Amino acid sequence: MSLTRRFMLRATGALIGGALALGALAAKADEDTIKIGILHSLSGTMAISETTLKDVMLMLIAEQNKKGGVLGKKLEPVVVDPASNWPLFAEKARELIAKDKVAVVFGCWTSVSRKSVLPVFQELNSILFYPVQYEGEESQRNVFYTGAAPNQQAIPAVDYLMSADGGSVKRWVLEGTDYVYPRTTNKILEAYLKSKGVPAEDIMINYTPFGYSDWQTEVSKIKAFGSAGKKTAVVSTINGDANVPFYKELGNQGVKATDIPVVAFSVGEEELAGLDTKPLVGHLAAWNYFESIDTPENKAFIDQWHDFIKNPKRTTNDPMEAHYIGFNMWVKAVEKAGTTDPDKVIDALIGVSVPNLTGGYSTMMPNHHITKPVYIGEIQADGQLNTVWQTPGTVVAQEWSPYLEGSRDLIADWRKPLACGNFNVKTGKCGG
Amino acid sequence: MLIRCFATLLVLFCLALASNVPARADALDSALARFAADKFPESEKAVGELAASGAPTAQKILEALSDNRLYFDPSSHRIYFKDVNGALFDARTGDKASAPSLKKVRVNNGLRSAIDAALGSMTLAAPDPDKRIAAAEAVFKSRDVKALANVEAALARENDPRAAEALRQARAAIQLSSPEASEADRLAAIAVLKARGDQDAQSMLDAAAQKEQAGPVRTAAQAALSAIQFRLALWSGAQNLWYGLSLSSVLLLAAIGLAITFGVMGVINMAHGEMVMLGAYTVFVVQSVLPPSLSEWSLAISLPLAFLVAGFVGVLIERLVIQFLYGRPLETLLATWGVSLILQQAVRTAFGANNRQVSAPHFMSGGATVGGLEITTGRLWIICLAAIVFVALQLVLRLTPFGLRMRAVTQNRRMASAMGISVGLIDMLAFALGSGIAGIAGVALSQIDNVSPNLGQGYIIDSFMVVVLGGVGNLWGTLLGALTLGIANKLLEPFAGAVLGKIALLVFIILFIQKRPRGLFALKGRAVEA
Repeated sequence: MSLTRRFMLRATGALIGGALALGALAAKADEDTIKIGILHSLSGTMAISETTLKDVMLMLIAEQNKKGGVLGKKLEPVVVDPASNWPLFAEKARELIAKDKVAVVFGCWTSVSRKSVLPVFQELNSILFYPVQYEGEESQRNVFYTGAAPNQQAIPAVDYLMSADGGSVKRWVLEGTDYVYPRTTNKILEAYLKSKGVPAEDIMINYTPFGYSDWQTEVSKIKAFGSAGKKTAVVSTINGDANVPFYKELGNQGVKATDIPVVAFSVGEEELAGLDTKPLVGHLAAWNYFESIDTPENKAFIDQWHDFIKNPKRTTNDPMEAHYIGFNMWVKAVEKAGTTDPDKVIDALIGVSVPNLTGGYSTMMPNHHITKPVYIGEIQADGQLNTVWQTPGTVVAQEWSPYLEGSRDLIADWRKPLACGNFNVKTGKCGG
Repeated sequence: MLIRCFATLLVLFCLALASNVPARADALDSALARFAADKFPESEKAVGELAASGAPTAQKILEALSDNRLYFDPSSHRIYFKDVNGALFDARTGDKASAPSLKKVRVNNGLRSAIDAALGSMTLAAPDPDKRIAAAEAVFKSRDVKALANVEAALARENDPRAAEALRQARAAIQLSSPEASEADRLAAIAVLKARGDQDAQSMLDAAAQKEQAGPVRTAAQAALSAIQFRLALWSGAQNLWYGLSLSSVLLLAAIGLAITFGVMGVINMAHGEMVMLGAYTVFVVQSVLPPSLSEWSLAISLPLAFLVAGFVGVLIERLVIQFLYGRPLETLLATWGVSLILQQAVRTAFGANNRQVSAPHFMSGGATVGGLEITTGRLWIICLAAIVFVALQLVLRLTPFGLRMRAVTQNRRMASAMGISVGLIDMLAFALGSGIAGIAGVALSQIDNVSPNLGQGYIIDSFMVVVLGGVGNLWGTLLGALTLGIANKLLEPFAGAVLGKIALLVFIILFIQKRPRGLFALKGRAVEA
């Protein structure tokens, strides 16, 4: 009995000692690594899009560690799951910055999740890289926007459709999901189209709820609108899951791309992978990156991705490229600043230029947005997008749209001495 | 001098003779050279040249281009095409060929329209009347003046009445849009288009009416236009009813299982949507293990399997969770909500967060036009399935001993128990039946919605609305509830828009429930309150 008890005591002592040693080891590891927060939903409605971005970040970090890390330290990813729950995004962001002491966070997809974490990043002074195309009208000191602003995606797409190449479209359907990104983008597009002389009766704007699945009426409305004797196109800001039934219905009702082309801003290779694309050949998407773009950088990236995810069928898409650019920019800025101190890195990031995957360079501008080329692609039978048009060079983001009443006179420039995200050039005041 | 002159003339004459024969080949060569440039304007010119060349391979090349099967060799600038089976041919000679590094000739929408027009004009003389009709339709869409001669020639020798009609419409479309056509021709064209009476005809007449300043053509076009618009408005009313019917069938399928569990057992099952989702994933699994030769049967095989899978999970939920919570609705609601989250995340872990592609069997894709109605085949099948499920369920409830016992438990649980019915067993079986039917609904929904872990969430609220509106515990009520919600939704949508329409419907239901808390068909009897 006593032997057993002594054994128990000893065993417990050994266990405690072991745990302490492990703890010390972990603490030591902490000092030798730089932590990177990954704030993407791994469950809930947005998991479909955001899980891939978590995986691509893990891949980029592993690759960088193979090259020896940053500033001689290994990088350590800290993954949290905000579960598509907007307030939880703020909590998890606070946890990452305050508890895990991450040097930088890559994350968010929807605008509302970004708005929810903004105050946390300001308060705790950290850095967020946001990789998704969005509605603009924002520039924050702690946020770097690597996705497209409206003028880097929506306006070039409309320009293409208005050109002879795109079919000289005269009549427009702006079809979107009912939330902030489509509403703002459509407001900008409506103002832009009117500035180009399109009369109001040739623009139809429709909104549908999130996850909308019965598109029969909407599609027949589009067909009817398109039979007024003028070339018609649909500009779609339909979000996420609702796209699949929308395209299925287009195919069912025989709306061909040669009659009424649809150009989408939220449909990429990933969404097309869940879809039989044969009836959709010729419909368009506007992005800053396509998997089909043939450059050595892109080929290497795709191969790396397939190796990492161990599935040669997985596609790459535009927000993944945005994270690739954002991560490389951060690495370069940290090396330039010689530290991960947020203030120094924020200053160092402006002007950093890194190769993108489409054979050019993207530069971080003083408005915290990056320069991007714009591509228009047609959906192919194999689910890929084939470039039919591209901007001659990269486009600088207009974070404050010149086509909107409230933002026409605003600019953002985070360089000192201005250091302002909404400087009004008319009144000369920072703050709108 | 004279001899030299003569010799020159002779040479020129010979040249002219010689060049007369390979003129086609020259046009073909020039067209192929343009394709090798891989620029859209060049390719478009090449399509025109190819159509005019009359080369024997022209049609094959154009078809290959339209299907993305046309290739060029960047180094030698030779053009190749693949046939449908993937065999490679030299485009110039039409012989089999092999080439190592090829690039696809790119196609855009403008080019696709040009190809359709050229192919249409070339296949007007095809032996198959259906092909001739398709060709005439392509010319109708393109309104290419160059095709007019071909259309006239085809019309002269046409003896199939449907093809002749299609050709006349194609001729009308060309004549109406060409400025050279005489006034009489254009008036005749307007009459033909008015008889056609669809949206394409409306679109052309609208364009013609806008272009003409005044005169008989404009008045005729406007008269025809208003006649077509009136006709189309009538048809669009019918079309909205059809859409409503189609939505109702989806709602009925999703809600009818819930009507059983909610109606019979009074269990608010928030995991009902996840049963639907499991049914949809069953289709995905069946389609991925089934050999391609059986893919047409995948849905027929999935239906019983989905019923079993969802029914089995239903039994598990009932045995493990719900049976301990009978009579405590709030706790059941929370517990099943938790179960639904667990099921969603389990599927997400097993199958990944991405949408899964479920293909439609051939007989369920596409659609048909009946009068002015667009009937999509997939939706038609879903309506049939909903009707079959409803009738089968009624028969089970009315004619089988199990149905009798279930109705007894619904009407008076304690009395049924006193009569020797094993209430616990009936509860379990009813839950299995309700869940199994949700699985069948999932098979149908996999055809029209995303197969993703969130599939069920989109339907749970609508299903509850249908059941509550229809009256708890009555299948006829569920049917009427589904029809009311579906048709009202689709009739509201064109005027109010999708978002406002939905809001209006919710307000209507709230008001209705205030007036009739037990729904359309309330169960009557002494025992209901118990």
